[in-house]
Amino acid sequence: MLPIASQVEDGLAVKTIRFEDSLSASPGQFVMVWVPGVDEFPMSVSYTGKRFGFTYQILGEGTKALASKKPGDLIGVRGPYGRGFSVAGKNLMVVAGGLGMAPIAPFVELAVEHKSSVEIVIGAKSATKLLFEKRAGAAGAKVHIATDDGSKGFKGFASDLAASLLQKGRFDSMYTCGPEPMIAKVLLLASQKGVPLQASLERLMKCGIGVCDSCAIDGKHVCRDGPVFSDTDLLGFSDLGRAKLDACGRKVQI
Amino acid sequence: MTHLGVDICGLRLKNPTILASGVLDETGRTMRSVAEAGAGAIVTKSIGSAPCPGNPNPTVVELSFGLINAMGLPNPGMEHFSSEIKEAQKSGVPIIGSVFGGSEDEIAELSLLMERAGANAVELNLSCPHAKGFGAEIGSTPELVELICRKVKKATRVPIFAKLTPNTSDIASLAKAAEKGGADAVVAINTLKAMAIAPEAKMPVLANRYGGLSGPAVRPVGVRCVYEIFEAVKIPIIGVGGISSGRDALEYIMAGASAVQIGTGVWTEGLGVFAKVNEELLEFMEKNGYGSVGDMVGVAHAGRS
Repeated sequence: MLPIASQVEDGLAVKTIRFEDSLSASPGQFVMVWVPGVDEFPMSVSYTGKRFGFTYQILGEGTKALASKKPGDLIGVRGPYGRGFSVAGKNLMVVAGGLGMAPIAPFVELAVEHKSSVEIVIGAKSATKLLFEKRAGAAGAKVHIATDDGSKGFKGFASDLAASLLQKGRFDSMYTCGPEPMIAKVLLLASQKGVPLQASLERLMKCGIGVCDSCAIDGKHVCRDGPVFSDTDLLGFSDLGRAKLDACGRKVQI
Repeated sequence: MTHLGVDICGLRLKNPTILASGVLDETGRTMRSVAEAGAGAIVTKSIGSAPCPGNPNPTVVELSFGLINAMGLPNPGMEHFSSEIKEAQKSGVPIIGSVFGGSEDEIAELSLLMERAGANAVELNLSCPHAKGFGAEIGSTPELVELICRKVKKATRVPIFAKLTPNTSDIASLAKAAEKGGADAVVAINTLKAMAIAPEAKMPVLANRYGGLSGPAVRPVGVRCVYEIFEAVKIPIIGVGGISSGRDALEYIMAGASAVQIGTGVWTEGLGVFAKVNEELLEFMEKNGYGSVGDMVGVAHAGRS
């Protein structure tokens, strides 16, 4: 178990917990977080380096309990697990939607450190729900904003804004994380343009270590083969943007 | 010519490694991936009459010597699972349907449905240590094991395998009861009932408190159980518990197992564990002059009456 170093608000019902520990995590990987007596769930790493951290939205009982934790409180952390993003090329286009910005933010920082130039579209329902906008700018990325209601930047989906940016520039690779319908659209854009894509997916996860089959997508596992998949895998996923497994292992519509 | 093929109750396996129930076997597509990686047969997740979400998390505890799990028999229910069996069958390897239930009639009914769905054999989960009213709770007495096997045998035509619990003082008597009830083979062992406590939290880690221990730590127990069962019954034994190398499999085979199952080894080695175990087995057999796996079954009993 690890002591919490800090817990801060990063938006409406969105908080970040950090630790005095590197955990040797890389962007795109995740940890299993245990709130004793309440629940255990997967969390994307949103800060790498000496003080790793994760960012979450308060949604249910587990995250509500997590939000009440103070510095010094102990929570269980196992991991990091899974395959993260890799920096491929000099000109990168990144598309992040909503909480999908959590694993993307440390990747943007990593890519800039590797001297790649990054153009990023950050999308959210409204301006108040944009995550890590300043952080991406401070890292050195060229930031574009899309909101569903037009309260800031482009009015519409992040994928639509990304489509118009793709017409103007040339990119070596694309990266995305966010709602799965958005990921499916970005995959279509990337494959039409012939640009390689890495996307981070989410599924119901129980073990986190590749044994229980609950996070299966077309015979692969988000916890061990992912969460970041390349376009080769993504194009073969018939369930992408369409179906996922519920807690009983029944296929349900997304 | 040295070969790895085995015949278990009429099921022809290209090699003796079988995917154990509960690991990467909830969806047909995943089971196909496991078969493609080299498994000789697949046992499905244990399936019940109704959809079940299983236990809340945490459901696993990772240890340096094994894994404790308390998944709690999550499954989509038999009705839904038929389509997963159909998908798994595309792999071409035998599919063994695992079932669990709260009574002999329920287990017999599920076994028949499993047969109708296309399963090549049925494995009876009489041994899960972390689901109230099921598994080991009804599989710990020889009388119930015999009764369940008899009911299932009457209801089905495919071979039935009884998976036994090691959480008993006398697993050989459970095996004898299964044989008497008409089981075609026994599978040993399921996980050992276990617990892990987080000292800082002052509580067991698993939400279910109790779980089942698997992996390298249980292998000596499993090998001992198979050895005892071999001396007690005539039906084939399938050995399972902590196998991740050819030598591990050899221990079970020489103790009396005609085939082996691998579960937790998938966690430590990945899906490559099947090909690895098979390569190492073949290498040992060629070096030591064994033509088939069958030539090695139970040889550790030599010199005993």
